[in-house]
Amino acid sequence: MSHARDLVVDSVTGVALTLPVAGPGARSYAFLIDWLIRAIAFVAWYGVAALIYNHRWSFSAPLSPDTKWFVLVVTPAASMYFLYHFVLEVAMRGRTPGKRMAGIHIVTRDGNAPGVGALLTRNVFRLVDSLPLLYGVGLIATLITKDYVRIGDMAAGTLLAYERRDVLLPDLPGSATRGSDIETVNELLQRWHSLSVDARQGLALALLSQHGIHLPPESRSDAELQSRLAQLTGVPPK
Amino acid sequence: MSDRDQALTASLLRRAELWKAAAARAERLSRERATDLADATQLANDYRLLAHDLARARRLIPNTRTREFLEAAYVRAHGALYHKAWHPARALVTLFRDDLPEVVRWLTPHIAWATAIFVLTVMTGYWMVQTYPALIALFASPDLVATVERGQLWTEGILNVVPSSVLSLQILTNNIVVSLFAYCAGFIFGLGTLYILGLNGLMLGAVFAFTGQHGLEPALFRFIVAHGCVEISVMCLSGAAGAAVGEALIRPSHHNRVESFRIAALRSGKLLVACAVLLVGTGLIEGYVSTRAGIPLWTRLTIGIGYWLFMIALLKGWLFCRKRPPTAHAHS
Repeated sequence: MSHARDLVVDSVTGVALTLPVAGPGARSYAFLIDWLIRAIAFVAWYGVAALIYNHRWSFSAPLSPDTKWFVLVVTPAASMYFLYHFVLEVAMRGRTPGKRMAGIHIVTRDGNAPGVGALLTRNVFRLVDSLPLLYGVGLIATLITKDYVRIGDMAAGTLLAYERRDVLLPDLPGSATRGSDIETVNELLQRWHSLSVDARQGLALALLSQHGIHLPPESRSDAELQSRLAQLTGVPPK
Repeated sequence: MSDRDQALTASLLRRAELWKAAAARAERLSRERATDLADATQLANDYRLLAHDLARARRLIPNTRTREFLEAAYVRAHGALYHKAWHPARALVTLFRDDLPEVVRWLTPHIAWATAIFVLTVMTGYWMVQTYPALIALFASPDLVATVERGQLWTEGILNVVPSSVLSLQILTNNIVVSLFAYCAGFIFGLGTLYILGLNGLMLGAVFAFTGQHGLEPALFRFIVAHGCVEISVMCLSGAAGAAVGEALIRPSHHNRVESFRIAALRSGKLLVACAVLLVGTGLIEGYVSTRAGIPLWTRLTIGIGYWLFMIALLKGWLFCRKRPPTAHAHS
């Protein structure tokens, strides 16, 4: 799997970390999911709270709104909508449900999870990124900057990177093979064509049987034996 | 691939179970606090193991899922190992006791300039409307103009329409947004901050001049004094923070503009936390004190000056028993 851009971070071990940087597509996907979630939460809270406040089937605001209206209906709904990103990013260490679904998370330039200060700065700058409408400034910034970052990310020193949670270790045949056996198998494979058919097949069957692989007579072709031996080394045959 | 590399690859792949265990441990410890010392120590060993094996995998099997898995596990272990402890209470005390006074000291020239610009624009606005009264239409709404021309302040009777709590909430939300915007607008090389500071200064001066022309200046002063001292100061503080952000882009202090911008934004942004806290107070004062007709002037003055002194104490770190930083003289 290759990515357009990687964030390369030096490490104390001398082996650099590489974090694939998320581009405008993944960012927009995550943002849309998050926007949907907070819009639904806003509408749901407002609707239910307005019904409770009005004591009848009406969502409309009162003509002269009182404290109860603001405390019960408006403030929690507005908080859900406007504080969604900051609160969840702090609680989920640089993630939101949308980012998690897109497989991305916020990291600092040194590859770590961002602190509260950085997350706060990043979200305060949404005021600029959301201008003039529909995150125009932020979107243009992600398209033209090297690491696909918006203004808030520049200010906070953060970027979005892929999490790679879905990368699974493949089955590794022969991973239990001893090093000395591997050398023997390698040598046999190298000398394969210089040996007589009987000799190479006999050696191959002996080595395979040491690892519990017993081939029926009809499967003892040269190609099959070579393939099985190569599997023992854990490296695909050349 | 040479025989040696093939043997190395094979021996590398035999460690798959160790990688799986390391990845699982890193995943677990990145989610939860490590309570077991052996567990935490093992994470450090895992980190070295993954680094070693990843380096080999990058050379021997570069385009494989095994290397991808090792890359991901290594990043996860790095994140879990270097994740800072989270102590919100301690972080808040450090912010208000140590960081804030340091930021204020750093921003002192910016605060002075922002205040000077604000005062200058207040005077300009005052002069403009005093000289050309018709210009008030540029700064105030027709409703406000009509109310003042009737000999009333627009704040009179406001509590008949909106309760104090709602008014406070509306005011503090609006003020915090303006304050944050003054800071963020520094991104446009400080021009946005200059615009917000200037516009607010012109409006204040113009409204003072206009109310003065209708004999309402004392009433406006009476309304503004309790919350205005801190509110105007906070406007200058957030303007100063925005100006620092703008200056970092115009005159980068580090090796490039983006880096300077990042450092200035993160550093000056701490002041915005204090500004937001102070604006909550001004919102409450405006909603519960400034708009109530029955509160005498001396009470308003006391609240205004007292709250302003509280702001100074907060910004200097005196509220949290901050020790005076050692001076160069003391070192020598």
